[in-house]
Amino acid sequence: MSVPAGVNGAGPPTGAKPHPSGDNRFKILEATMKKHQHQPDALIEVLHTAQELFGYLENDLLLHIAHSLKLPLSRVYGVATFYHFFSLKPKGKHTCVICMGTACYVKGAANLLAAIEQETGIHSGETTPDGAISLLTARCLGACGIAPANVYDGSVAGNQSTDDVLNRVKEWRNNDNIATK
Amino acid sequence: MITSPLNEVVEKETAAAKPKCLRCCVAAGCLSSGSLAVKQSLQASVTEAGLQDEVHVKGVGCMGLCSQGPLVQADPDKVLYTGVTAESAPTIVSALQGAKVDLPTTDLNHPFFTLQRPIVLENSGRIDPERIEEYLVANGYQALYAAVRDMTPKDVVDAITSSGLRGRGGAGYPTGLKWALVAKTPSHQKYIVCNADEGDPGAFMDRSVLESDPHRVLEGMALAGYAVGATQGFIYVRGEYPLAISRLQTAIKQARRLGVLGSQIFESGFDFKIDLRIGAGAFVCGEETALMASIEGKRGIPRVRPPYPAESGLWGQPTLINNVETFANVAPIIRNGPDWFSSIGTGKSKGTKVFALAGKITNTGLIEVPMGTPLSTIVEVMGGGTPDGSAIKAVQTGGPSGGCIPAHKLDTPVDYESLASIGSIMGSGGMIVMDADNNMVDVARYFMEFCMEESCGKCIPCRAGTVQIHRILTKIHEGKAGQEDIETLEQLCEMVKSASLCGLGQSAPNPVLSTLRYFREDYTALLPKASEVTV
Repeated sequence: MSVPAGVNGAGPPTGAKPHPSGDNRFKILEATMKKHQHQPDALIEVLHTAQELFGYLENDLLLHIAHSLKLPLSRVYGVATFYHFFSLKPKGKHTCVICMGTACYVKGAANLLAAIEQETGIHSGETTPDGAISLLTARCLGACGIAPANVYDGSVAGNQSTDDVLNRVKEWRNNDNIATK
Repeated sequence: MITSPLNEVVEKETAAAKPKCLRCCVAAGCLSSGSLAVKQSLQASVTEAGLQDEVHVKGVGCMGLCSQGPLVQADPDKVLYTGVTAESAPTIVSALQGAKVDLPTTDLNHPFFTLQRPIVLENSGRIDPERIEEYLVANGYQALYAAVRDMTPKDVVDAITSSGLRGRGGAGYPTGLKWALVAKTPSHQKYIVCNADEGDPGAFMDRSVLESDPHRVLEGMALAGYAVGATQGFIYVRGEYPLAISRLQTAIKQARRLGVLGSQIFESGFDFKIDLRIGAGAFVCGEETALMASIEGKRGIPRVRPPYPAESGLWGQPTLINNVETFANVAPIIRNGPDWFSSIGTGKSKGTKVFALAGKITNTGLIEVPMGTPLSTIVEVMGGGTPDGSAIKAVQTGGPSGGCIPAHKLDTPVDYESLASIGSIMGSGGMIVMDADNNMVDVARYFMEFCMEESCGKCIPCRAGTVQIHRILTKIHEGKAGQEDIETLEQLCEMVKSASLCGLGQSAPNPVLSTLRYFREDYTALLPKASEVTV
């Protein structure tokens, strides 16, 4: 273990200053970086935590991580954009992930995607202008036994039809309308 | 049975066993069909009937028949209930008390079950993956105990070598050779890496093993660590598998608590620690050098080999990389001896292979069969053919790196060499069945789109070649191509195959080449008729 921050009066490693915004989530992020002793190798773990906390990785956040891990911003940005899991744009209130794995594909996942694209007017990877729904595709959820499978707001649903997908979108819209009223 | 300090735990666990048991599948497939509610309902009904001392309700891993979930098996009655709901769960409890009930069940004497030979999946669906005690009762960690107490590291390497085990990740490299190479490379620090980045779409064997029996993988890795002289292991697992990640975290914690991982394991001089690394969604990270770059926190970009990871891997140190299923085979080999293992399978492919059956097939799910089982036995006899009884057109193995096998080649036995000889690969074990509705040009285009988007962009043949192949396939699919395009397509495929840097590019043309070989009529049917071509 490295010397805990603050011991010997050295303070935390340079750059690990508390974020000026005072946002509490930065403290949790800092704890993760400390757990990995601010090693540059921990970049992917840190990005995972950051995305979990903030929902997406905005530039300011990437800058903060780069400073804290003493990495060039290009490296942090390069990693964040290389992996599909990281999102640099905010997600919508609801997310619908269409699994495009082979098993789902041969059972008509492309039709599900086309239906929801037409209904929402957005493509995979985009969010509706009102920020209500994000549409994503997955490489394979590994739920091939119940293909075609989708993920609605984090929960997997199997044996989906185009009606199932469209009903879910309608349900979200109706509920949100009631909530705003 | 070997006496180990863990026997106390085993005795306590055996003494607490109840005469009857309801096993409810809580792996990802059944969970998404609502098996957690089923388990709660079963537990509530058992308590309500006052049977809590007699009936044990437990969550277990995958029972194989994923398409008919949620599944509940009643012991010792040997009844497998299918499509169980929270509402029908109380009826299962009354059936356990002898009541005649009318619930959907499945025939456990169906070839789907009887033709299987479980080694990797021996505990899957039987034990609670979140309790190390149950793994110990199922002879868990005994191989590790025997190895660190009574065997030299060389003995362990020799046992793996003579068992004939080959890598289950796709290429089929002899596992013993790899271990021996890492063992003999001198270094003060070596690493063990478990490749759990199961990226092939349509494959879910590794997910299932990790969710159903995580300790088996940890034990295999610890044995590998002892054999090659490594003290640190990493499991690189897909971010898309949250359940597998949480079960692994639980398993690692439990193993440390009982001292089967950590320092001075079983009071020997052997230390071994395992950490998880969560992938972030890049198919290329299944390639070993890209995977190591990713563990080091970098972009997952492959590099030229040699040097192979066995000489220079993670942080430049000797590193042993095997996939989940390979590690899952290690403990049984040490426990039962290499001869036992090599008596299963064919001349060059020993042991068993787990396959994920999916697509247009009646019994979707997970099976484990001896190497050399004919494809037709797997998809027709065990899988039950297509749901609507129509003819099977092709079976796709090996995902985006594999090929489409036509119906007339289904008598091919599944082993590394036979599958390669018909233009496909064993791959990690995904098996997708297709029928006449699936156009092979569309299938080839689907896989090429996948490879095109997943290409890391480092080498030109793969980066640009996959784009061009995809473009030609789209042109053919839209009926705008001519005969010369098919010729260009073939040339381009050969070029990408021979000139790409890593396995992704080298195997990306396989789906195109195999469909061109066996389903050329699907391509030519899309070419405009000669009379329509304006000169």
